[in-house]
Amino acid sequence: MAPPAQSQRSPSPSQPSGKSEVSDLKLQLRQLAGSRAPGVDDSKRELFKKVISYMTIGIDVSSLFGEMVMCSATSDIVLKKMCYLYVGNYAKVNPDLALLTINFLQRDCRDEDPMIRGLALRSLCSLRVANLVEYLVGPLGSGLKDSNSYVRMVAVMGVLKLYHISASTCIDADFPSILKHLMLHDSDTQVVANCLSALQEIWSAEASTSEEASREREALISKPVIYYLLNRIKEFSEWAQCLVLELVTKYVPSDSSEIFDIMNLLEDRLQHANGAVVLATIRVFLQLTLSMTDVHQQVYERIKAPLLTLVSSGSPEQSYAVLSHLHLLVMRAPYVFSSDYKHFYCQYNEPSYVKRLKLEMLTAVANESNTYEIVTELCEYAANVDIPIARESIRAVGKIALQQYDVNAIVDRLLQFLEMEKDYVTAEALVLVKDLLRKYPQWSHDCIAVVGNISSKNVQEPKAKAALIWMLGEYSQDMQDAPYVLESLVENWDEEHSAEVRLHLLTAVMKCFFKRPPETQSALGAALAAGIADFHQDVHDRALFYYRILRYNVSVAERVVNPPKQAVSVFADTQSSEIKDRIFDEFNSLSVLYQKPSYMFTDKEHRVPLEFADELGNLSIGEAANNVVPTQMVEENDKDLLLTTSEKEETKGSRNNGSAYTVPYDGSSTSVFASQAQIESAVSNPTLAGHSPQASFAIDDLLGLGIPATPAVPSPPQLKLNTKAALDPSTFQQKWRQLPVALSQEISVNPQGVAALTAPQALLRHMQSHSIHCIASGGQSPNFKFFFFAQKFEESSNYLVECVINTSSAKAQVKIKADDQNTSQDFSTLFESAFSKFGTS
Amino acid sequence: MISQFFVLSQRGDNIVFRDYRGEVAKGSAEIFFRKVKFWKEDGQEEAPPVFNVDGVSYFHVKVVGLLFVATTRVNVSPSLVLELLQRIARVIKDYLGVLSEDSLRKNFVLVYELLDEVIDFGYMQTTSTEVLKSYIFNEPIVVDAARLQPLGPAAIFMQGTKRMPGTAITKSVVANEPGGRKREEIFVDIIEKISVTFSSSGYILTSEIDGTIQMKSYLTGNPEIRLALNEDLSIGRGGESANDYRSSYGSGAVILDDCNFHESVRLDSFDMDRTLALVPPDGEFPVMNYRMTQEFKPPFHINCLIEEAGHLKAEVILKVRAEFPSNITANTVVLEMPLPKYTTRASFELEPGVTGQRTDFKGANKKLEWDLEKFVGGVEHTLRAKLTFSQELHELWFNSANIIKEAGPVSMTFTIPMYNVSRLQVKYLQIAKKSSSYNPYRWVRYVTQANSYVARI
Repeated sequence: MAPPAQSQRSPSPSQPSGKSEVSDLKLQLRQLAGSRAPGVDDSKRELFKKVISYMTIGIDVSSLFGEMVMCSATSDIVLKKMCYLYVGNYAKVNPDLALLTINFLQRDCRDEDPMIRGLALRSLCSLRVANLVEYLVGPLGSGLKDSNSYVRMVAVMGVLKLYHISASTCIDADFPSILKHLMLHDSDTQVVANCLSALQEIWSAEASTSEEASREREALISKPVIYYLLNRIKEFSEWAQCLVLELVTKYVPSDSSEIFDIMNLLEDRLQHANGAVVLATIRVFLQLTLSMTDVHQQVYERIKAPLLTLVSSGSPEQSYAVLSHLHLLVMRAPYVFSSDYKHFYCQYNEPSYVKRLKLEMLTAVANESNTYEIVTELCEYAANVDIPIARESIRAVGKIALQQYDVNAIVDRLLQFLEMEKDYVTAEALVLVKDLLRKYPQWSHDCIAVVGNISSKNVQEPKAKAALIWMLGEYSQDMQDAPYVLESLVENWDEEHSAEVRLHLLTAVMKCFFKRPPETQSALGAALAAGIADFHQDVHDRALFYYRILRYNVSVAERVVNPPKQAVSVFADTQSSEIKDRIFDEFNSLSVLYQKPSYMFTDKEHRVPLEFADELGNLSIGEAANNVVPTQMVEENDKDLLLTTSEKEETKGSRNNGSAYTVPYDGSSTSVFASQAQIESAVSNPTLAGHSPQASFAIDDLLGLGIPATPAVPSPPQLKLNTKAALDPSTFQQKWRQLPVALSQEISVNPQGVAALTAPQALLRHMQSHSIHCIASGGQSPNFKFFFFAQKFEESSNYLVECVINTSSAKAQVKIKADDQNTSQDFSTLFESAFSKFGTS
Repeated sequence: MISQFFVLSQRGDNIVFRDYRGEVAKGSAEIFFRKVKFWKEDGQEEAPPVFNVDGVSYFHVKVVGLLFVATTRVNVSPSLVLELLQRIARVIKDYLGVLSEDSLRKNFVLVYELLDEVIDFGYMQTTSTEVLKSYIFNEPIVVDAARLQPLGPAAIFMQGTKRMPGTAITKSVVANEPGGRKREEIFVDIIEKISVTFSSSGYILTSEIDGTIQMKSYLTGNPEIRLALNEDLSIGRGGESANDYRSSYGSGAVILDDCNFHESVRLDSFDMDRTLALVPPDGEFPVMNYRMTQEFKPPFHINCLIEEAGHLKAEVILKVRAEFPSNITANTVVLEMPLPKYTTRASFELEPGVTGQRTDFKGANKKLEWDLEKFVGGVEHTLRAKLTFSQELHELWFNSANIIKEAGPVSMTFTIPMYNVSRLQVKYLQIAKKSSSYNPYRWVRYVTQANSYVARI
């Protein structure tokens, strides 16, 4: 509790230098200790206050321990409280002195005033001294049985404290089962709530080593317990209600009528003034209806108004927390909110982090009917004094343009930005126009006319300059002076500090050369010479490569550098849908604010108890979670394990590009970071150039990702699986808990398979080629664990598989659960046959 | 579940610091303060209320210039923790009467006492001032409220208006009055924050009222209270889209988009006669929050004109008209307007003979500021500002279209006591009588404040 010494400016009576004051206090305390004179308690109070105030400003008063304990023999509760505060603060660093206090604390635990019993018990349990735990068991045991609810409430938390000091003492005293009894029978709801908190923590920690604890943990979310708590929910304090609601989220109702019962019971919680209660209720609603599409939809409609009310009431901090959740829902189901777009307009006095969320929401909800108004509003922000927000607003306009079919009006607006003559507006707009042209080449005529008027001297930002240069190269046939602009840029090569821009310049000059050779030849020569002499490795390599390929064959060079391009239909998303789903599963938690699943920002031992999804999360990051690794690496690892090949291409692209907003360049030739390998493979087989899927296969091979070379083995006719099966982790986890094990067997793994398991991803790819998809995996040699799922072709019947492989024994334990039990044998055969081919193909 | 709670002063000093679980290192307050202070190198952006440093999540809310902070290592509900921090601040205020750095420092022992009961081992126990009363034994040391800058929405009642008993809002719920007798009284405040955006042509682009009915009870024995609202009040806009403003205008009915209630409120007869029944707990709490997008008459009309006025000069004419009755007076009215960044000088001309108005040109961020202490209903005020632009400015750039592009929008803040735009009313406040002589003071007060009041030009 002691605040660090920095609060020296505290207006405490006199600034004590330390020693002399403390010894002075010691003397005075000693005099008072034995005194029974009237009014002695008042003098003690003054002295105690002085001690505590010294302690608060960081003066070491631990030498007074003995005197403080002597003075604590009093019936004055204020004095006692100050004494407890003092003792709690110094016991941990002075375990020997702490022993002195045990006596009087134990005596107070038997006081006739329940207030004193409770306080003493709390202080006793807060000493955090390991060798004193033996003194805790007795008082805790009687505290749990106390007739006063305040004492029981304190005792329950005391049990949890004891567990953290010495888990074995707590378990040996059988406290958890006493808590369980209290939870189900105590008349005081706060005692019940504390039991629930304590049991969740204790059993989750024990579950890893004890089967029984893990059963007890499951029992907390059993129907009787859940119903017992739900029926009393209105008696609980608002904080305890949140606790109960969180538990209900994990409960899996048996049928839909149960779901509706729970929702009807909780309906009025959505009108609670406490945002935490409302969000917890919303989470229950969303989780319960996951598998009922139309009801889920209704839930969205129902929760809209309460969420908007919470956003606009309360402090800015609270409204930010709610807005982040609203943001998540808007991103998931923009169409539900498309008529509420005005709520997402920014107010001039809002902080940037709120504006940023709102801009993203506006972008997401834009559709045919509201685009005009939204874009008009965004254009207002572009002239904003807050420059970062002005930039984001322009990007938002661009994003809306990229997601709309009718971009007519938006293009005009973007072009107006270019004419605003604010350097940052021009810069952002240039990048956008470039992206727009990659999607809608038909607009090139209008855009190029405006872009042509921009002097490259006025564009300084590398991203914008690169965009301008890309357009100069790409549309050099339509821009009169493109070769000359490029030439002047080449002349200033040495002044160009950004390698990105120089790379673009090389490529643009090449492209221009193919279209207008006589005008560009000298510029090209100069550019290649400057590029080869460049100190930047990538620039040097690209210049040298261009030079060589031109010498080899000019027409091949053209096919490589300037192939006909297809318009980009969809730009890659920056966040994979798996990650988004996982954040959604963790609704009403920090994950939503950080926009990251919890495993990316919490340590393993601090994960929220009782979360099956966390187990999946742990597994999927595998060894990365065991060692301390930077977040980025965890993320990559995770993606490696969880993403399908095509998605991996996307993430790779976006990561290369760095910024979340600049989408990866398509095709082979324009890419700033185009891999040497990619181009080489294109050269060796020119017909392939520009066909990115093929080209990226080549990258994958080089990077050793091992795309399965064999086509999918046809499935046995009796059971066909859906090749594009999809299942989100939360549904998986729900089903895994619900369904019984249909089949359990041991399969042996062939030696090639064992060898191939050095890269567990290979198995995922292999199984996927058999339409069996992995949802989570992890482990370390020799033990690996995988969760797979598959779906029956043209039916929504699922198969879930848990597969534990031990490579040293070359055996796999397989557990299969199925929606349709009758076909589980067929599926098992299929699984086994697919599995046995692993490593051999 | 939280790990630590602390309160920092504006300078970053610990005023109270409580470690509940010992999971987060002691230096957390310092790490937090440094992070908040230097969130972005340029100091332009504020730190968000929640952020993570090395696996520790820091939550903070700002109350009266103090930072209330909680830390945790687990993935908790952010709303829960932020709500808790706000609630702790409110409980402390209930006890101390005034929440300020000074009152906290004087009463830190009491604050520790509160913190021990509010949170145990990181878990919330109770934040009810009512319940806490039986556990708290320290007497608050009351600081002199008069010297302090009044804060919070209710504080507006303290300035100017003589009708309000000034000490009420800053009265502790536990401390006794000097005479040893407690005055029986109850305060109900209807506070409405309004947001309006006017387009450059003067029509309303968006408007919203965020209202709250706040209660603070000093009644002994917690009698039941009935609070009757407008009978024609309706809630929910049904199938209509939320931005269809015309539908209900003129019909006289008050239509709320949505609302929520404090948990002590019983809505048994709400559907029938729009009456809220509750047994108010001690201390300050919101009875009801509501949100409304129904069209209303904005209290101020703003008109802004910019014209060229000679070589590298321009004139800004700013007209504001109060659209509320003349028996009502708005106070602390401030208008702000960003000017083109080439502006080097601005000279102001107020109406002849006006008092209580101040003008300022903030050279650093090129902002015009116009303060009006009082603004009487039905009156119009005008400000003329002559701007001089930098010599470096290119002649070709200089035209009124470009000046307008670089200037504005005009934003306005104000407080209008005894006025509410939504027409939501407390028709009566009934206190269950203990005896015929029991007749406590009841204060029902209205106020309208600007949340975001912006006119584009």
